[in-house]
Amino acid sequence: MAVRASFENSNEVGVFATLTNSYSLVAVGASENFYSVFEAELQDVIPICHCTIAGTRIVGRLTAGNRKGLLVPTSTTDQELQHLRNSIPDSVKIQRIEERLSALGNVICANDHVALVHPDLERETEEIIADVLGVEVFRQTIADNVLTGSYMALSNQGGIVHPRTSIQDQDELSSLLQVPLVAGSVNRGSPVVGAGMVVNDWMAVTGLDTTATELSVVESVFKLGEGMAPGAINTTNKETMVESFY
Amino acid sequence: MAMEIDSGTVALPATRASTQATILCYNCGAPIDGTQAAGALCSDCLKLTVDITAGIERDGILYMCRDCDRWLSPPSQYVVATLESRELLALCLRKLRGLNKSRIIDASFIWTEPHSRRIKLKITVQQEAFQGTILQQTFDVEFVQQYRQCPDCQKSYTHNTWRAVVQVRQKVPHKRTFLYLEQLILKQGAHKETINIKEVQNGIDFYFSQRNHAEKFIDFLTSVSPVRTKKSQELISMDIHTSSASYKFSYACELVPICKDDLVALPPKLAKTLGNISPLTLCYRVGTAVNLLDPNTLQISDLSTPIYWRTPFAPLADVQSLVEFVIMDIEPLGPQKGRFVLAEATVARASDLGVNDTTYNIRTHLGAVLHAGDSAMGYHLTGAQYNNDNFEALQASKQYGGTIPDVVLVKKHYAARRKHGGGVKARNWKLKRMAREESEMKPRKQDAEREAVDYEQFLRDLEADSELREGLKLYRDGDAAVGAKGGMEVDGDDEDEDEGLEIPMEQLIDEMEDVGLEDGDVEEEV
Repeated sequence: MAVRASFENSNEVGVFATLTNSYSLVAVGASENFYSVFEAELQDVIPICHCTIAGTRIVGRLTAGNRKGLLVPTSTTDQELQHLRNSIPDSVKIQRIEERLSALGNVICANDHVALVHPDLERETEEIIADVLGVEVFRQTIADNVLTGSYMALSNQGGIVHPRTSIQDQDELSSLLQVPLVAGSVNRGSPVVGAGMVVNDWMAVTGLDTTATELSVVESVFKLGEGMAPGAINTTNKETMVESFY
Repeated sequence: MAMEIDSGTVALPATRASTQATILCYNCGAPIDGTQAAGALCSDCLKLTVDITAGIERDGILYMCRDCDRWLSPPSQYVVATLESRELLALCLRKLRGLNKSRIIDASFIWTEPHSRRIKLKITVQQEAFQGTILQQTFDVEFVQQYRQCPDCQKSYTHNTWRAVVQVRQKVPHKRTFLYLEQLILKQGAHKETINIKEVQNGIDFYFSQRNHAEKFIDFLTSVSPVRTKKSQELISMDIHTSSASYKFSYACELVPICKDDLVALPPKLAKTLGNISPLTLCYRVGTAVNLLDPNTLQISDLSTPIYWRTPFAPLADVQSLVEFVIMDIEPLGPQKGRFVLAEATVARASDLGVNDTTYNIRTHLGAVLHAGDSAMGYHLTGAQYNNDNFEALQASKQYGGTIPDVVLVKKHYAARRKHGGGVKARNWKLKRMAREESEMKPRKQDAEREAVDYEQFLRDLEADSELREGLKLYRDGDAAVGAKGGMEVDGDDEDEDEGLEIPMEQLIDEMEDVGLEDGDVEEEV
């Protein structure tokens, strides 16, 4: 299921939210409309956490996570960290990273098995990512952009990359990730797909401007189509769901 | 609106599109090559959605002055530009707001009916639509032509735009001084800054837009003529806060009413101060001062302008009362001063010849030019009744009472230049005239005739007097020169008398040589 939403008139959904298979972080907004979109889809499935990171609302860009873990920058306050710890499942490891590139959402793009990271990330950070998220880490660029988290949206089913990515690059990334990739855009041609949308294995949220074509590309590559609707949870998505529950 | 896209950067060759397509156009879903596409948009959608000319005005107003056909080039300049000219195109492009952001590839006029007062332009611009994608687009712009009078024309239609006026006056019944002055002004170009020249009774008014132009003109006048200047000013407006005021200035310039060849009876007191000259004198030249000559003794004296205006007086007789005399006999006496040679002559009035035998023995200063049998113009004092205080004082004085001559000869007389047929013989030279505005009233017939006579007299004076010609510009008259050679002189006497009158060709200026300096002058031939 792919839905459109906007955070206080901004299309950049990925900036204000983080979505994984086991939890979701949503920025504190003036109204609850944005939260409601997530709530409508995810209530009683995974916890949705209202939070701020370092006092800001750009939680999507400052954090990176997957089903197994959550990475927050060093600027995160103790209170915020405590709130996150209280809100998301105990099975999810939360780790504060001391890293110069503190916008972790921009420099890390991860699903539950692999992470593509900024080439300049520190070695310690790379190790922490591998430990906390339980993934293989690759230093990569996407269409010559170092900000992997901004220009790529990734789930366990597939991924969408910057529209200018060449076929060769897509093939190379796809072989690393072991998931199908496609080049595309969101929010009427915006190439920052990572910041323009959030996705997990059964839902995606994109900006309100996203066209039907873009949405259909998103649905097909992330396999969110007819068969993937909540009704199919017990069949096609059973494994993922089961995995997330335990 | 026609939209064209720069094919080199955007369009995808159809044959290769299937193999290279990597993304779907976000607008229409068409498969395109994402590495080449502009912002995930196919070329067709780009054409439909992106308008680089959006920020450019599509209509405008051009102002033109319909009197002088010039166009307003903002903010305040008016420039000459014909329809469909480069200048007008530049003006139009400058007028379009928003055009400076894009690159102009081409601009041309679309023909419109001039009466429609519409000017249409076809402009092609290029602009970067997305990173690395340059769009080229062609569009039309329509200008409406509106009228607005330019400041120059406004001024020309408004009365009283002058700031200073120089009123030159001479209270004499003829115009010879002004004719001479006109030629001097033309030669020196002193009238360049005048905005209007108006002929009025007894003189000419020169109008200027600035006070210092008028001052300059007065400086010129005082350097060539005996003139007295009086300045007056009229307050037009005043701002008490800035204490700035605007005035109109009037300069009254009065020329001494004594002209060349006038007979002058000096007040006895003045005559004493001028080197004890005999009070009955002849004015032989007028420069910045009046030069007087006693024809009996060849004594000369200068009457300067300020001294004249201390005790102004009218001349005793002027050229209009000159009568013709015939020299019966002439004998030089010896004394000589410049071109003047004192001589004793026996003369008779030309009108008396064959009527009576009255002759006069007189002294004259024209001993060098007069010979027995010649004609000369002179004042006939015997029997003339002058109503002049100075003359009466002269007659009454013991010292000079007995010395008043019967006749004072003034100049040699040349017979009228008449061809055998009776028409005036054409001159081989001519003068330029100043363009000027006549007074409101049309001149009466007799005034026009008198003016023609004055002008003819002036021309003849010029021919006779090389000294007078010096400061002036005489032009060759091509047609007349040919005519003069073709027309045979039949009258033998005429030819002899004309000897002194021909102006040598080398002194004349070809009009073409002078045209560069004098353009703008309106030439009138009289």
